[in-house]
Amino acid sequence: MDRGHVVPPSILAPPTATSEGEQEMFLPGETHRLELTRERGIVTEVPAGSEEQLSAPGDETMIINLGPQHPSTHGVLRLMMELDGEEVLRVKPVIGYLHTGMEKTAEDLMYIQGSTNVTRMDYLNPLGNELCFSLAVEQLLDLEVPPRAAAIRVLMAELCRINSHLIWFATSGMDLGATTVMIHGFRERELILRFFERTTGLRMNCDYIRPGGVAADLPDGWADDVAEITSVIPRRLDESRNLLDDNPIFRRRTQGVGILTREEAVALGATGPILRATGVAWDLRKAFPYSGYEQYDFEVPTHDDCDVWARYQVRVAEIYESARIVEQVIETMPAGDYRVQDKKVTPPPRHRIDTSMEALIHHFKLFTEGFKVPPGETYVAVESPKGELGCYLVSDGGARAYRQHTRGPCFYHVHAMPAMMVGGLVADAVLVIGSSDPVLGEVDR
Amino acid sequence: MEFDGWTALIGTGTVVAVFVVVMLMVILAVWAERRVAAVMQTRIGPNRAGPFGLLQTIADGIKLLMKESITPRQVDRLVYELAPLLAVLPAFLALAIVPFGPGFCIGGQGTDCSGGYFVDMQIANLNVGVLWFLSMSAIGVYAALLAGWGSGSKYPLLGGVRASAQVISYEAALSLSVVPVVVAAGTLDTQGIVLAQSQYRWFLLPLFIPALFFFVAALAETNRPPFDLVEAESELVGGFHTEYSGVRFMLFFLAEYVNVVTISALFVTFFLGGWTGPYPVAGSVNWAPLFGAIWFLAKTVCIIGIFFWLRVTLPRLRYDQLMALCWKRLIPINLVYLMAVAVWVAYQATGDLPRLVGGG
Repeated sequence: MDRGHVVPPSILAPPTATSEGEQEMFLPGETHRLELTRERGIVTEVPAGSEEQLSAPGDETMIINLGPQHPSTHGVLRLMMELDGEEVLRVKPVIGYLHTGMEKTAEDLMYIQGSTNVTRMDYLNPLGNELCFSLAVEQLLDLEVPPRAAAIRVLMAELCRINSHLIWFATSGMDLGATTVMIHGFRERELILRFFERTTGLRMNCDYIRPGGVAADLPDGWADDVAEITSVIPRRLDESRNLLDDNPIFRRRTQGVGILTREEAVALGATGPILRATGVAWDLRKAFPYSGYEQYDFEVPTHDDCDVWARYQVRVAEIYESARIVEQVIETMPAGDYRVQDKKVTPPPRHRIDTSMEALIHHFKLFTEGFKVPPGETYVAVESPKGELGCYLVSDGGARAYRQHTRGPCFYHVHAMPAMMVGGLVADAVLVIGSSDPVLGEVDR
Repeated sequence: MEFDGWTALIGTGTVVAVFVVVMLMVILAVWAERRVAAVMQTRIGPNRAGPFGLLQTIADGIKLLMKESITPRQVDRLVYELAPLLAVLPAFLALAIVPFGPGFCIGGQGTDCSGGYFVDMQIANLNVGVLWFLSMSAIGVYAALLAGWGSGSKYPLLGGVRASAQVISYEAALSLSVVPVVVAAGTLDTQGIVLAQSQYRWFLLPLFIPALFFFVAALAETNRPPFDLVEAESELVGGFHTEYSGVRFMLFFLAEYVNVVTISALFVTFFLGGWTGPYPVAGSVNWAPLFGAIWFLAKTVCIIGIFFWLRVTLPRLRYDQLMALCWKRLIPINLVYLMAVAVWVAYQATGDLPRLVGGG
């Protein structure tokens, strides 16, 4: 073996063709206008001649893959970047590494099974996904859930929001090398997961909110558990924020970094905290209230700086607002049924199956055939922690959806990443990923 | 004093003793870092291997020794294999000038130890000790640089570029923070610097700003958080050592911690009075050298503790901010401070300030 042979490091000249097809990022000299338009987002048209402004091939730029296996891409996001030293010249997100075909699967599942399917999409917001799907089914069924069911749904959705934001808080601390923040975020989240486990039986992917209500009533002593969550988490979050908020390193890392202007945010379909960080107070809980959100008193935090810092401020403020909503839910939780008393949709209570023939038949038919939904189509959107989570549902009158499509906010935010990253440094790109808080399960579905 | 077998034996013994002490400190430092971080982050930390998990580092070391050292196809073999050695050798060589305690005399008489053997509690009592340390840490830069280049991979390349810029810049800041000490002590000899600080005339107070800057530069020099850009996990995967595994990775890891120990020891030497302490006053008891070593190690451990503390507290800086900090803050302020110290020392010596300032 020729050990002395030195293979020249061909790092600066990557192979020009791979089998990635449409997802390939081309070298500057081979990038045409359509390709650039695609990279920068279809809605922002690239003027003619832009491709000539790209650096010539052979210049000292480097195309690098950030992901899909990379410590800070929050899942299996892959970003192809053209770098000039540390500066990001072009970015192209590549998705599909977590594509599991959940939307197609939904066409083979009965509506009663649908929650189990959608809960896996945004795995940090499982109950929010279930809520969105259930609302869509209920709209097609023209069904009104009892007030207690609606209140439980709000409770769970807001706890999920806190849960999701805590994970974001933790991981964006990790992106900055602030490991203590990371541990703290996960520690606080544990409280919420324990409550989920106690209520639904599962820590994640709860399958708890179902068409017609929720799967089970809240356990005894739930109010104390939740009150502990709402008292502990804001207090501990104050402590964790001490490590970041007034830290000059953190401020200089985040302020003025990853800017997405209001126009760009609207044009690229960004919603949720990213849009609110550009000063737009757009929150579906206020704009189109569902599940009785109009009864609760809460603010929609906004910020005008459009940068990573603004998104940080907005999300942290939302944790406190969600805690406020949860406190109000504890006080105003109505008594009554936790699911709609409609024999065609809701399975009968277990103990009645042994005594009532009719209950047995209903139970059997519900779990073998499912319930039929009148033909029609609907789109229902809820405010997930990431933004507008929509469920588009088409029914042909059967027990299975003809088509189910999810509008995942993260998909649009991944699409907006190049706009935020270009011109920054690699270190900023990592922060941009963190501040858009993508969950690839939802992007790829 | 003649050079004979005893001198050679004493010299060898010193080397072995320093090596053992430092390796023990490194092993404990790796363990302590994880435990301290765990306490600060309300975790448990390693507690399985041995009492309190003390053997964890040894277990990890054995694991790394047993693992395959993967050599990727694209590497530049020579450079790739040289880099870990270049990391670990200067790290240990820099230790040579660390004075662990006052020298003592075996079998001799009087202050000049006539007829006996004088034992320095340091490997080499060089009269240019500070220069030796600075040059060794300068060689250490090549490790990250060559590892980044020789790996033939993109993330290590970025890490190597960062390393070359960062460590070379902070090398300048580090040197400039030491110069006021040298001026104030009037010697490049580390023992001399310690002796200049006896009776609590520690340089920390008069030279507070150089001390602070030395510490900041030391963090950057050893690639410790918040200046760990060279191996920033969330940005560059593993930085310059992404492609290293097994023993070669262990050498980088070892070098980092040896550097932490060395630079903490030198901080103590330069600014915290080295081995001097409240008890005993030099030469008052027979065990003075031992107490000196204890004071020295205790102070060093405190400084290492600050390294750990900062690691769990601070987020990482960005590349351009790091360079701006070095060139726009540390170096200019240090230069001004150096001027002030030089003027003050000259004034002390000559008692004639106007002539100095006016240049007349």
